[in-house]
Amino acid sequence: MASDEEIFEKVQETLVDALGLDDDEVTPEATLIEDLGAESIDFLDIVFRLEKAFDIKIPRGELFPENLASADSGFVADGKVTDEGLAQLREKMPHADVDAFAADPQVSKIPDLFTVNMICKFIGSRL
Amino acid sequence: MRWYWVDKFIEFNSGVSAKAVKNVSLAEEHLHDHFPGFPVMPGSLMIEGMAQTGGILLGEHNDFEHNVILAKVPKVEFHSWACPGDQLIYSATLEDARDEGGSVKVAATVEDRLVAEAEIVFVHLSSDDPQLSRIDQKNFVFRMNLMDILTVGKAGEGA
Repeated sequence: MASDEEIFEKVQETLVDALGLDDDEVTPEATLIEDLGAESIDFLDIVFRLEKAFDIKIPRGELFPENLASADSGFVADGKVTDEGLAQLREKMPHADVDAFAADPQVSKIPDLFTVNMICKFIGSRL
Repeated sequence: MRWYWVDKFIEFNSGVSAKAVKNVSLAEEHLHDHFPGFPVMPGSLMIEGMAQTGGILLGEHNDFEHNVILAKVPKVEFHSWACPGDQLIYSATLEDARDEGGSVKVAATVEDRLVAEAEIVFVHLSSDDPQLSRIDQKNFVFRMNLMDILTVGKAGEGA
């Protein structure tokens, strides 16, 4: 069982390689899209690298769920995620900090759920 | 110009590896501008050739069920260059292959000289994916007409 610190270091290295960053940019709180500049295409690359680094399988949509709260999902009202939507986020993204997001559940903030810490927690649950 | 950046396959180990040849020729118009008096194969076109080699390797692994799109080149290094008369060999190995896409590592060599190395990531899009219409056709690693290259490879063997 790897320690949290070991997991973070490997995740950090993975993101440095996948996104062309410096070590110190990859902090636990950093958001992948806003802070680290990841694009959708990078998520597949990151999944490939994590699978190799940790020798695990990450099935499609488990780490980075797709089509979260799309306009026709019924989970969005007035640009905010509804209670049902929040419940779905908790279910689909148990490793993300949905509680903090729920304080101001703007749809446009959903990408901020994808953080370095979320990846670390996800990996920790799979080892 | 036809968007073929490999001339033929010389090895094909399904789901594992593939080797393709690109013969660099002064008949290629762009070499006279890149550069005047010093014709060298543009690195970007070498990446395209490496992506076509690796993309067909990935596509064949899934029986060409998916449209294979060049998505990302996480790493590429050029160590040398290729001039008219040189024969580039692109050697690709399949690193990952799954429903959403795959990745390959490719080395480009001229004889025993290493010219370039790349890691390339592909994604799969189905033909009815709305995103497909927004994609420049040149991002296609292959369409069925590029598959002729495999046939040409066979013809070259006299088979």
